[in-house]
Amino acid sequence: MSLLEVSDLAVHFETEDGVVKAVDCVSFAVDRGQTLGIVGESGSGKSVANLTLLGLTRADNARISGDVTFEGRDLTALDADALRAVRGDDIAMIFQDPLSSLHPFYKVGDQLVEAVRVHREVSAAAARARATELLGLVGIPQPERRVEDYPHEFSGGMRQRAMIAMALVNEPKLLIADEPTTALDVTTQAQILTLIERLQSELHMAVILITHDLGVVAQTADEVAVMYAGRIVERGPVKTIFERPQHPYTWGLLRSIPRMNTPREDDLTPISGQPPSLINPPSGCSFHPRCPYVRPRHREVDPRLDAVPGDDGHEAACLLDPETRRRLWRELEGGHDPEQARATVGLGSSSE
Amino acid sequence: MLQYIARRLLWGVALLFIVSALIFVLFSVLPTGDPAALRAGRQASPEQIETIRETLGLDRPTHEQFIDYMGDLILHADFGFSFENDTPVLDLILDALPATIFLVLGAVAVWLLVGVPTGIISAIKRRSALDRATMFTTLALISAPVFWLGLVALYLFSKEVGLVPIFPGAGTYQTASGPFEHAAALILPWLVLAAASAAIYARYVRSSLIDVMSEDYIRTARAKGLSERRVILRHGMRSAITPVVTLLGLDVGILIAGNAILTETVFNIPGVGRLVFDSIQRADLPMIQGLVLFGAFFIIFFNLLVDIAYAYLDPRVRYR
Repeated sequence: MSLLEVSDLAVHFETEDGVVKAVDCVSFAVDRGQTLGIVGESGSGKSVANLTLLGLTRADNARISGDVTFEGRDLTALDADALRAVRGDDIAMIFQDPLSSLHPFYKVGDQLVEAVRVHREVSAAAARARATELLGLVGIPQPERRVEDYPHEFSGGMRQRAMIAMALVNEPKLLIADEPTTALDVTTQAQILTLIERLQSELHMAVILITHDLGVVAQTADEVAVMYAGRIVERGPVKTIFERPQHPYTWGLLRSIPRMNTPREDDLTPISGQPPSLINPPSGCSFHPRCPYVRPRHREVDPRLDAVPGDDGHEAACLLDPETRRRLWRELEGGHDPEQARATVGLGSSSE
Repeated sequence: MLQYIARRLLWGVALLFIVSALIFVLFSVLPTGDPAALRAGRQASPEQIETIRETLGLDRPTHEQFIDYMGDLILHADFGFSFENDTPVLDLILDALPATIFLVLGAVAVWLLVGVPTGIISAIKRRSALDRATMFTTLALISAPVFWLGLVALYLFSKEVGLVPIFPGAGTYQTASGPFEHAAALILPWLVLAAASAAIYARYVRSSLIDVMSEDYIRTARAKGLSERRVILRHGMRSAITPVVTLLGLDVGILIAGNAILTETVFNIPGVGRLVFDSIQRADLPMIQGLVLFGAFFIIFFNLLVDIAYAYLDPRVRYR
């Protein structure tokens, strides 16, 4: 049994325009010491799924189903108070924009102290000492002085360090990092990722890293789940996902990041089209309007997340047969564009 | 910070000077009643009016009058004498101030105690029946003019003439003695003066809090595991209250400056607003001049207070 097991999680919001199926049939698990990377575009449901773990999407218009089992307890069944006791103690979360995520009117130290004292019966002095200790641990120089600073006196990277310190102040078993480096410059990004990795091994935490950046995932994750339109479309160990991806959407993501070993004149290939509406999702496979390998049947049949034969722990939700997908990826890796790959592999035209 | 305050004070003084000059110009240009004729009575001969005009110094050019006035004001803190009863302007204003301050501060307390919690509850229970009822009631209160609301309140609730005689002494402020009697006479005026503001503040707090509650740091506060109560009061209201403080400072300044005039008139309270009204009726230039200066002073003063409070409330302003 893993530390956290999510099965068949669905989060739907009833709005005036219709039901937004933000998350649908999502299952994943993560264990202590492990990092799960969840990758996807904005609006793919990766943040909503993780906010739901903490009960932060609970609202009158939200319909949440499925199980979230953390250390054997079903978090979706907990009442608001019991869930609050878990938040910030056993499970902590950090967010994308560290400036807007810290309260501008309170000193950084006070915000850390508050995080300690909401879960621990300790004196103000002890909580303060802990806050200072954590700021030092995340690499903020002169922590005993900087606890007295306000967030606006910190640089972007330092703010994210402070956010991490605040999240880790109660030694959580699971850290959910929602785009923790997106708002930071590249050097700082690397520092923050290294910091998270270091603290993970020191505290033996499980980490869920939410990002749209496959580079971040490659650097840190053990397992990767790729989300599209509220679902997981491919999942597997990080090495497998980068070496033998099986889903056309993952191919698109991989082909849209720059690589050192491809020639400059090979332009980056963005995925064409827009993310689909979550109110009226496309029929059949939700990726079909943007998929270069679409077949008529794909517009009618909704693919399930199935094991990839002969590849341990690798699953993909695609209606093409696994062998065809393997050949397509080989063609793409060989520098061919999707049209060429399609012709070589012998897929007919999409309107056939 | 101190340097900033000093600079603001200096500006305030300059502003007061400009305001006085403007009043003199306005008074000489606008067709107000002739103060000399007004004082001379109905059957006065032109000679009598002329004598009075000379006594009051109104026969001299406007700029000379202005220089004299400013000279007395700056050198001797002398605001001159009321045309009406030869009493020093300063004494008249200082006599009227306590009633106005008592009225305004009481009303402020009422509208904050009612408006702020109402706004918070409305924001939390957004779109509920309670919220809708609150928004409707506040709109009605904002739309009700004070003179009308005052009369309705008198007829409904005053002990002397009301249908439901709850509050004693409404309209008897002038004859009341001792703080308790004064306070009793002010209960209805407080409620009437506070009504519209309570409604405005409730709406203001509501929209301000709704904005703040969608901020990222509120999500952080929730992710920390804070109780919803603490999230709203410690994290949400801490930010939502800042613009309210700005509004409050301006409102208090304006009301003390004489804007409580309608309430003071309906309930017969001898305050600054009444004095303003009477002085304008009598074309009592020194009184008007003094009152405008006082009003400008209070508005500038409370503006400064607001800025200082702002720096205190928002650390990002403090270091600028």
